[in-house]
Amino acid sequence: MSVPAAFDYHPATSVDEAIALLQQYGDEAKLLAGGHSLIPAMKLRLSQPEHLIDIGKISSLSYIREEQDHIVIGGLTTYVQIEQSDLLRKHFPLLPEATSMVGDQQVRNRGTIGGSIAHSDPAADLPGVVLALKAEIVVQGPQGKRTIPADDFFVDTFTTALAPDEILIEFRLPKATGSTGSAYDKLANKASHYAIAGCAAVITRGQDGSCSAASIAITGATVRTIRARAVENALVGKQLSETVIAEAVSHATDGEDMIVDIHGSEEYRRKMAAVVARRAIMRALERI
Amino acid sequence: MGIAAMLGTPVKRREDPRLITGQATYVDDIKLLGMLHMTVLRSPYGHARINTINTDAARQLPGVVAVYTAQDIKGTVGNIPVAAPLPPHITSGMGRRLPLAEEKVRFYGDPVAIVIAENRYIARDALDLIDVDYEPLPVAIDVEKAMQPDSPILYEEFKTNVATSMHPSSEQIDKIFADTVANGGVIVKERFVNQRLAPSPMETRGVVAEYRKSDKALSLWSSSQIPHLLRNYLAIQLGLEQNQVRVIVPEVGGGFGCKLNIYPEEALASFAAMKTGRPVKWIEDRDENLAATIHGRDQVNYLEAAATRDGKVVGLKFHVISDMGSYLQFFTDVIAIAFTLPMLSGCYDIPNIYSSCDTVFTNKAPTDAYRGAGRPEATYMVERAMDVIANELKRDPAEIRLLNFVQPEQFPHTMATGALYDSGNYGAALEKALDIIAYDKLREEQKQKRAQGKLMGIGISSYVEMCGIGPKGTTPFGLYESARVRIEQSGTVIVYTGTSPHGQGEETTFAQIVGNALSIPQEKVLVLHGDTDSTPEGRGTYGSRTTSVGGSAVFQATERLKEKMKTIAASMLEASASDIELEDEKFTVAGSPQKSVPFKKVAAAANTSNTLPPGIEPGLETTVFFEPEACTFPFGTHICVVEVDQDTGEPEITRYVAVDDCGKQLNPLIVAGQVHGGIAQGVGQAMYEEVVYNEDGQLLTSTFMDYAMPIAPELPHFELGHTVTPTNVNPLGVKGVGEAGTIGSTPAVAAAIADALGVAHIDMPLKSEKLWRIIHKQ
Ligand SMILES: Cc1cc2nc3c(=O)[nH]c(=O)nc-3n(C[C@H](O)[C@H](O)[C@H](O)COP(=O)(O)OP(=O)(O)OC[C@H]3O[C@@H](n4cnc5c(N)ncnc54)[C@H](O)[C@@H]3O)c2cc1C
Repeated sequence: MSVPAAFDYHPATSVDEAIALLQQYGDEAKLLAGGHSLIPAMKLRLSQPEHLIDIGKISSLSYIREEQDHIVIGGLTTYVQIEQSDLLRKHFPLLPEATSMVGDQQVRNRGTIGGSIAHSDPAADLPGVVLALKAEIVVQGPQGKRTIPADDFFVDTFTTALAPDEILIEFRLPKATGSTGSAYDKLANKASHYAIAGCAAVITRGQDGSCSAASIAITGATVRTIRARAVENALVGKQLSETVIAEAVSHATDGEDMIVDIHGSEEYRRKMAAVVARRAIMRALERI
Repeated sequence: MGIAAMLGTPVKRREDPRLITGQATYVDDIKLLGMLHMTVLRSPYGHARINTINTDAARQLPGVVAVYTAQDIKGTVGNIPVAAPLPPHITSGMGRRLPLAEEKVRFYGDPVAIVIAENRYIARDALDLIDVDYEPLPVAIDVEKAMQPDSPILYEEFKTNVATSMHPSSEQIDKIFADTVANGGVIVKERFVNQRLAPSPMETRGVVAEYRKSDKALSLWSSSQIPHLLRNYLAIQLGLEQNQVRVIVPEVGGGFGCKLNIYPEEALASFAAMKTGRPVKWIEDRDENLAATIHGRDQVNYLEAAATRDGKVVGLKFHVISDMGSYLQFFTDVIAIAFTLPMLSGCYDIPNIYSSCDTVFTNKAPTDAYRGAGRPEATYMVERAMDVIANELKRDPAEIRLLNFVQPEQFPHTMATGALYDSGNYGAALEKALDIIAYDKLREEQKQKRAQGKLMGIGISSYVEMCGIGPKGTTPFGLYESARVRIEQSGTVIVYTGTSPHGQGEETTFAQIVGNALSIPQEKVLVLHGDTDSTPEGRGTYGSRTTSVGGSAVFQATERLKEKMKTIAASMLEASASDIELEDEKFTVAGSPQKSVPFKKVAAAANTSNTLPPGIEPGLETTVFFEPEACTFPFGTHICVVEVDQDTGEPEITRYVAVDDCGKQLNPLIVAGQVHGGIAQGVGQAMYEEVVYNEDGQLLTSTFMDYAMPIAPELPHFELGHTVTPTNVNPLGVKGVGEAGTIGSTPAVAAAIADALGVAHIDMPLKSEKLWRIIHKQ
């Protein structure tokens, strides 16, 4: 029955206050942002925090800005804000694209990018995007701020490099250089509409038309969101013909542990990871 | 709009403003003074012996008022009611249960204990403090394995899980099949799985019980389709008189058959209210709904069909296995026998139909009526059979259907199954659907797409179903419907119907019926339902019966009052009653338009009585019980076009045409709405939905994260058409349309996807991985 266990509710008005509360309550506390992963887990009693620290009202963490070499996004920026951002549409079309595929309108009205990344559900959409964009993830704790490269952030299923007393406050996305295109493709399972397989692709083409850089991330299929290095290596330096791409994506999940459930077997997920990777890469190329 | 034109026009549903502005009252909106909250402890096992239950810790939690187990209710609360228990085992108790499990639990979600507490949170916390010592037992999950002698047994004293086993001699049909082969005909065989579904209404179940000790008066609010049957059976369960129980059904957020049931929680909340002396509320959660409310369908079927070379079907032989789950709910045991078997000839004039049937207990939630209830299963089998035959003979599926339809002039027609079909014109509906979709062009397009390597498929389903239950003798309690109609002094009409509309819009259609009959604006008609105190008897809403049976009762009661008003008008106008006409809100003497009296004035005269002529009883009120002589048989043809993604196996519906014939349409807007919703659920079965238990009896689809309901973006634009073939089994000429969309759509989608992949048959749900495996021969 879906009723959460008892908890104390602490609305935080600033990051410092939230960090102080995290320190005070330690393991017994959890941050609440949009609540669209945490509250379902609490209702099923999979999560039973005794103290809920609500950071959802810290409006200073909700923004999308352009800086010199970066686009920066506040940790509490909602999906809807991302979806509707012209700045992001211009620089990283895959981000609004992926966001528009998250859940439904109600989820996107409340869910936050920080919440999604901190939660690190292997089937979620944004972790792959953050990886492919090589985001620098800024977190703040009692000792101040530190920056974690996206590549070091996703440790395992629901496990990240974030310390228990830290808050994810900002994403810094390095602006693309040269001729770059990006896309997100997803095969959704028809129950939850989370990904059976998803792929975020960022492709840069050099002067001679060959692929000079590729950043490919896979979500939904593998037990944690990954950079598909084998695919990237097979693309870089090549003229991206359909054959080259098809060969490259066949390595999308090589050596990775896969999710297996009633929505997709291991074999299907491996094959679908390759399919969505191919589609994302093709679309990214079209957008260059 | 002229008043006379009211019937048959797309009047907007009067229910909607309150529903879409959040002003409607559902069970969870009922809040009574001193109300307690109930939660239910449910079995985490599919099958286990209960050794001991220790409730001490739960009882001691502050805020907990009581904890009850089977021991506490035994002797006070009776078994869960069953509408029509079948012999032989069932009459002796097989599948019957107390509202709380006694010695064993038999499915994941089986209620074991209840907690009554000051609020829902405490009531939930206390569940974790109840210590049940279970001894897990092996489970029977697969229905065909459950029939084997070595299977784990749910009811050990019966030594089998098979409840009813009907295997008439097949000598005759076997001979016909042998003859067919001898004469160069074809025999096809197929096994179909009609998977288990969760009805999933938007509003889950809920109950509020209040008991006044002084006069033993129990009031029960319940999200139900059957207020009166609930009252009648609950009274028996609790040892009360019918008149001591009042059932109130406020707004209901969808039922689809799953609320055509009397569940453990109704008696349990009542028992708790009687014991504690305080009102008790229970609101079902979604995970409880998916686990412990009835499921639908779940049949395994074997088909053999015999046809001549030129496509005439000469015989169908079916074996139907009904997976009933663990216990009998209201109609569990009769869904297959009473609703699938009679419909196994579909729309076709097939001289020989043979069916055998086993109904079997397994360690899963009970199955019962779900939108269509037994008829979707029949339609699916027959329609798949026609396609498999067409495939075998390399004939067009439309052609095979046209060749075998019962012809319009044959009605009323008794089928080889014994079912008596009232009226129909199956060819017309099919032709119309072919026309709308431009079938020949579509097949051309398909050829071209195939040449390009695209997987396009077209599926046709011609369905007929059985509605408006139902004639005398169908159930032990009788399936009539009541209507009490009152006309107030002001001329406003109040209709109390024994049906229990819960989203279908009969407040609107009944007002149209009455407005039309009395020649007054439908706004002057109020339609009330769902309170057993104001409508003393009724049978409720299910089986697409509400308008054909309930509406007919309303119509007849209205006609009766109209006659009485004519008599009164006649005396006021000093004319003969037979000369009085009613039009445009006034009574007029035929041929003398200047001699008239307004409707209102006659209503006032009847209600105030002083000016009434001698011999006329004051008041304008009457009650009619309408009992139909026969069922109605709506029909139609649905055509679905799909394209399947080569790479992923994902199917997409690209076009959908539905031509339905529900007899006369009283309100085409409401008909369209019912068809839309019906198709959505039928598509859901074909493509997405499936309740899954693992081999240990654990429910894997316990939330919407795993149970796949279709959502709006997954559904196509529906292109609707209709034909009108009235029935004469009721005075309105209507047949019913609540379930038609669901019944008609599933086989159309299944056929389209099989066609896209170029195979004869694929079991549902037609999910992408399954299709991908076929495409890539994995
Ligand atoms: C019906 C439904 C459908 C959905 N469909 C999808 C889908 O298709 N794709 C998809 O990707 N997701 C989907 N989601 C999940 C959704 O994206 C969540 O909103 C998101 O995963 C969490 O963001 P939130 O702001 O709601 O975080 P919360 O639920 O509030 O928190 C999630 C976790 O992150 C922690 N946390 C939150 N913010 C921070 C922070 N700033 N710093 C540190 N820790 C933090 C919390 O303590 C908690 O542990 C769906 C959810 C629902 C309810």
